[in-house]
Amino acid sequence: MTQNASINPSSLHHAVMSLSDALDTAIAEEMRRDPRVLMFGEGVATKRCALLDEFGAARVRNTPLAEAIIAGTAVGAAASGLRPIADLLFAPFLCYATDALVNSAGKLRFMSGGQFEFPLVTLAMSGGGWGVGAQHNHNLEAWFVHAPGLKVVMPSTPADARGLLKAAIRDDNPVLFFVDIGLLYQPGEVALDADIVPLGRARVVRAGTDVSLVAYGKSVGACLEAAAQLAAAGIEAEVIDLRTLKPLDTETVLASVRRSGRLIVVHEASQSCGVGAEVAARVAEHAWSALRAPIVRLCGPDAPVAASFPLEQAFAPQPAAIAAAAHRLCAREPAVAEVNV
Amino acid sequence: MSSTAISGSALALLERMLLIRAYEEKLIALSAGGQFPAVCSSFGQEAAAVGVVAALGAADQILTNHRSAGHLLARGADPGRMLAEVMGRVDGYCRGRSGSLHIAARELGVVLTSTIVGGELSLATGVALAQQTLGRRGLVACFFGDGAAGEGIFHESLNLAATWGLPILYVCENNQWQAYVHRRETMLGEHIAPWAQSLGVEAERVDGNDVFAVHAAAEAACERIRADGRPRLLELSTYRLRGHLEPDDPQAADAAELALWRERDPLRHCIATLLAGGHADAAGIERMSRAAHARIEAALAFAEASPYPAADELLADVYA
Repeated sequence: MTQNASINPSSLHHAVMSLSDALDTAIAEEMRRDPRVLMFGEGVATKRCALLDEFGAARVRNTPLAEAIIAGTAVGAAASGLRPIADLLFAPFLCYATDALVNSAGKLRFMSGGQFEFPLVTLAMSGGGWGVGAQHNHNLEAWFVHAPGLKVVMPSTPADARGLLKAAIRDDNPVLFFVDIGLLYQPGEVALDADIVPLGRARVVRAGTDVSLVAYGKSVGACLEAAAQLAAAGIEAEVIDLRTLKPLDTETVLASVRRSGRLIVVHEASQSCGVGAEVAARVAEHAWSALRAPIVRLCGPDAPVAASFPLEQAFAPQPAAIAAAAHRLCAREPAVAEVNV
Repeated sequence: MSSTAISGSALALLERMLLIRAYEEKLIALSAGGQFPAVCSSFGQEAAAVGVVAALGAADQILTNHRSAGHLLARGADPGRMLAEVMGRVDGYCRGRSGSLHIAARELGVVLTSTIVGGELSLATGVALAQQTLGRRGLVACFFGDGAAGEGIFHESLNLAATWGLPILYVCENNQWQAYVHRRETMLGEHIAPWAQSLGVEAERVDGNDVFAVHAAAEAACERIRADGRPRLLELSTYRLRGHLEPDDPQAADAAELALWRERDPLRHCIATLLAGGHADAAGIERMSRAAHARIEAALAFAEASPYPAADELLADVYA
């Protein structure tokens, strides 16, 4: 399942592999570890031949092209002792699956008085990269952040993708695991003997003291590029990868903003009621006195994504725009906090 | 059914039906008082619930819908804990968090009462997959109405169950009403069974107000499911004698249709059959009825004595 992986000579336990292959290693290892884990979805058994060969047709299943019953089956199976992984393919297809995930998986643990648990993972891809248009590319992860009882994950590196997926499969809650299409085949170093990456913990990807750039998915890479440009101009940006969108690691964000006094939240998903709005609100509520400039959100527009490649690329926040915003914030002296507090 | 097949267990079927009727009469009366949560009754559908559930084994699982009181009581649920749940008290099956519309009772194998119409069809395949994968013996009984059969998930659920070979007894209580709309306004045919047959699910139509006919059909269907692991559907023709929601809303029911189905009241049918066969006498049935009502009065006293949950339960059990 790691056909594209190449062994790093520095360690037999490290390999450079794509995010897609990293997910495959996580699935295979968790299926080996726990016989209750199974995976199904449209094309799962066709495309994941290695899984089918190793675990057989009972645990690696193709389904009809019917997202509502794929999700419903996962939710019912989870309530009854299995730990399913449902591949919904593209995030917009979750619209058909939302009833079972939101009304059943997210609510019934509470509503049953704790009688049932719903340990399941749904995989869904979104984001620019393939020019597939807005019915395949729609970053709707914030919808599920708003729904109670669910967890929401969106990694930016192969190593995190692997560790977070392993954690999601072992979690006793329903987890929506979003995969950024644009990152699917980007290589990264993965420690194959590494344990899980716990859900709910952000990662400080780059340390800096002048401005906090908070992002997830492919926007983390855009922030790192912006940070490199800013460093050349003497501005040290801290880049935080949220990794898990629910539960949100508020503490890591607050600690960073308390040091830097400036916050830019960046994501490809549309701005209104997006994850960035929640991050901005929490910082405004809990670190207001530390802010030296207004909070800035750089997000996708409130528009469907175009299929045309240049338009699709322009939808996501670009490094130059992030760097420009940081320059503006850092030029705002004296501290805004002195005016507002 | 032939009188020779009527035994002591037939009286047990009547006893369950009387308990359900007494429970729902109490809910209807309380709802009419205005100081009580709105409820959906299964008034008139008691034979469907009792006949099917009596055919299930202890290991079988149940998923049902917002008219689930009959299924729960037929399964042996404690009416006191059910009333406590309806009234939002801690001694309810779900600690007062589900109300009447979402009661789950794991100890009885009742995985779900779904008030999203068709939600039970959505989860039933997964519950059956788990039963099959984990080598458990029980099949899955999934109760829904003709309204849910109009949802797309009906097609998806039966198609997957047929394709994968899942041990599910689909029970369509065709009660002629889909919330506020009569079935004749929403579909051209009268029956759901042909839809199931077109998906490769064996289906049978049964008089849903004849508890003995329902019970016999359910026992036969369960036997076939246990033998080959494949799904079956029973379409039980019945009638919702009350409005969609209590307090009863004016039902646009045709008076002649309503009168016809009142004549066919499942309790009336069951009692008449037992009396005609000499298996019960009027006094004995009257005693059973009084006992059912007394049990419901005791259940109400239990529920009223149960406290409301503390405010800290607002966030309990949301996450594992």
